[in-house]
Amino acid sequence: MMNLLTKLVGWIDERFPLVSMWKEHVSEYYAPKNFNFWYFFGSLAMLLLVIQIVSGIFLTMNYKPDALFAFNSVEYIMRDVQWGWLLRYIHSTGASMFFVVIYLHMFRGIMYGSYRKPRELLWIIGMIIYLALMGEAFMGYLLPWGQMSFWGAQVIVNLFSSVPFIGHDLAILIRGDFVVSDITLNRFFALHVVAIPLILVLIVIAHLVALHEVGSNNPDGIEIKKHKDANGKPLDGIPFHPYYTVKDGVGVMGFLIVFCAIVFFAPDMGGYFLEYNNFVPANPMKTPEHIAPVWYFTPYYAILRAVPPLFGSQFPGVVAMGIATVAFFFLPWLDRGKVKSIRYRGPLYKAFLASFVVSFVGLGWLGLMPSTPTYTVFSQILAVVYFAFFLLMPWYTKIDKCKPEPDRVTFK
Amino acid sequence: MKIIKKLCAVALLVAMPAVAIASGAAVHLDAAPVNLQDTASLQRGAKLFTSRCLACHSAVSMRYNRLGDIGMSEEQIKVDLQLPEDVKVGSTMLATMDANSAKLAFGVTPPDLSVISRSRSADWLYSYLRGFHIDSTRPSGWNNTVFPGVAMPHVMADLQGEQELESHEGHGAGKLVLKTPGSLTPVAYDAAVADLTNFLVFMGEPAKMVRYQLGWIVLGFLSLMFLLVYALKKEIWKDIH
Repeated sequence: MMNLLTKLVGWIDERFPLVSMWKEHVSEYYAPKNFNFWYFFGSLAMLLLVIQIVSGIFLTMNYKPDALFAFNSVEYIMRDVQWGWLLRYIHSTGASMFFVVIYLHMFRGIMYGSYRKPRELLWIIGMIIYLALMGEAFMGYLLPWGQMSFWGAQVIVNLFSSVPFIGHDLAILIRGDFVVSDITLNRFFALHVVAIPLILVLIVIAHLVALHEVGSNNPDGIEIKKHKDANGKPLDGIPFHPYYTVKDGVGVMGFLIVFCAIVFFAPDMGGYFLEYNNFVPANPMKTPEHIAPVWYFTPYYAILRAVPPLFGSQFPGVVAMGIATVAFFFLPWLDRGKVKSIRYRGPLYKAFLASFVVSFVGLGWLGLMPSTPTYTVFSQILAVVYFAFFLLMPWYTKIDKCKPEPDRVTFK
Repeated sequence: MKIIKKLCAVALLVAMPAVAIASGAAVHLDAAPVNLQDTASLQRGAKLFTSRCLACHSAVSMRYNRLGDIGMSEEQIKVDLQLPEDVKVGSTMLATMDANSAKLAFGVTPPDLSVISRSRSADWLYSYLRGFHIDSTRPSGWNNTVFPGVAMPHVMADLQGEQELESHEGHGAGKLVLKTPGSLTPVAYDAAVADLTNFLVFMGEPAKMVRYQLGWIVLGFLSLMFLLVYALKKEIWKDIH
């Protein structure tokens, strides 16, 4: 039996680089041994991509992308399709948890300077994944065709119409119609189930290839490749398999406990994962009193609302929102710090990062609330804090008093 | 430091009225006594629903035979709910009145009630169904404290009787007073509405109880797996120093 298997692998290996790929990316990929809690979120993001694709395939088998039938087809899945309710809740919980995991993964990267040389491109590919994910989530949210699906899409697409000169045509190009309609639903469905997932899978592979080219960063922010043994293996590195496959396995189990607790006991998460108003079928004639995007978009939505209109145009707010989203791309070149990791940064950087976290969470909360003059002032203050983190970074990272980095990684 | 403290205090004071405004606009709702394990209550609610609501409202996502989940046999569904000859137990719950006639009669199409408990909440439904009062200014003769200006007349007035809204002098919402008693006492009417609300919550997500039961098994299995994988990790990592 074993002999047969070896023969089979040999047969494949003569025609496909199976063993060498396994070695390069798994069994002989050396990762720093000092990964901590924050390093679970990369593999968890991959797990969520798989969960979303698999649950999505089964949902697609039963969902009808038609303005007349979409809403009821979701309820049909919830009631008449075997295990349909489970598929639907896995997919809806998965969407929100994907953003939880991605935000924590990004925060890890910022904290330990994982975007710094030589990982700039790795970071940029990651940011492209983030943008694609936002598009994927936005289009997917239209599909249940509830009031929030419809009006959320209406509001977001209208943002594009505030672009000077081409805005009106741009919005029509996105919707395929003068308002969000059956046509919009159909094209969003196509993009949500085929185009963007395809792109996502490809850029996730690129993200991994880039990671394995430069090697993983670690909580100390120092390069393990500086110290190698006689065979050229990093002294502080351990093979990804079995060490990190089994460690990530612990992370996966821990995550699945949280994930399933939500799926089985609180899939609407008090209206944050599934908004109550989205259980009302889309009605183009009836604007809801309060339109709020799903929680993962609300920091940007709050920034949009914080910027006052110029000559009656929302465009400045849209630009601010756009800059807030893409600002992360420039981190590798904004950061002038002598060290990468927060462990050896000075107090200035820590203060700016902490206030950035406060502004991000605060803006997220404000974006969920109805707009009032007081809240707008809060949003404006927090938006300034948000942008200050990026704009002042070259200054505060340069003058900050850093501690000396260790020569080797700290473990235990 | 003092300045920062002062600023924080000022910010809090400024924020207070904003929070109050944001939360103060809603109507007071009574807590609905929902219990999805009380099949007797759910069955009474189903009878009320099919006899009182289905005349105008539909529940297009709900099949009659799904009432098997709350312990009703096919025979009970046919007999107790007085299904017309042409309606099969496997059919979805359609309104007796067609949507166009209903729109002509009430000015709006009565909304489908399949997931009404999920969009409105149980407390809202429980309060709404007990909030009707006589109002001669309304076309239907009825108004509602929870849903002012509602197009729907009070279809359970024969049970509850007729309430009137006694307006307070100056500010504040009025108080509902029962002027003409119905066939049920106020306590019995509240219990009937509780049954109906309970049923509407069940109908909003029939698989909910299955979900809870399965959830414990899944979490139990995952906890066990967690311990196993954790032990494996400890074993494999013991030679890393």
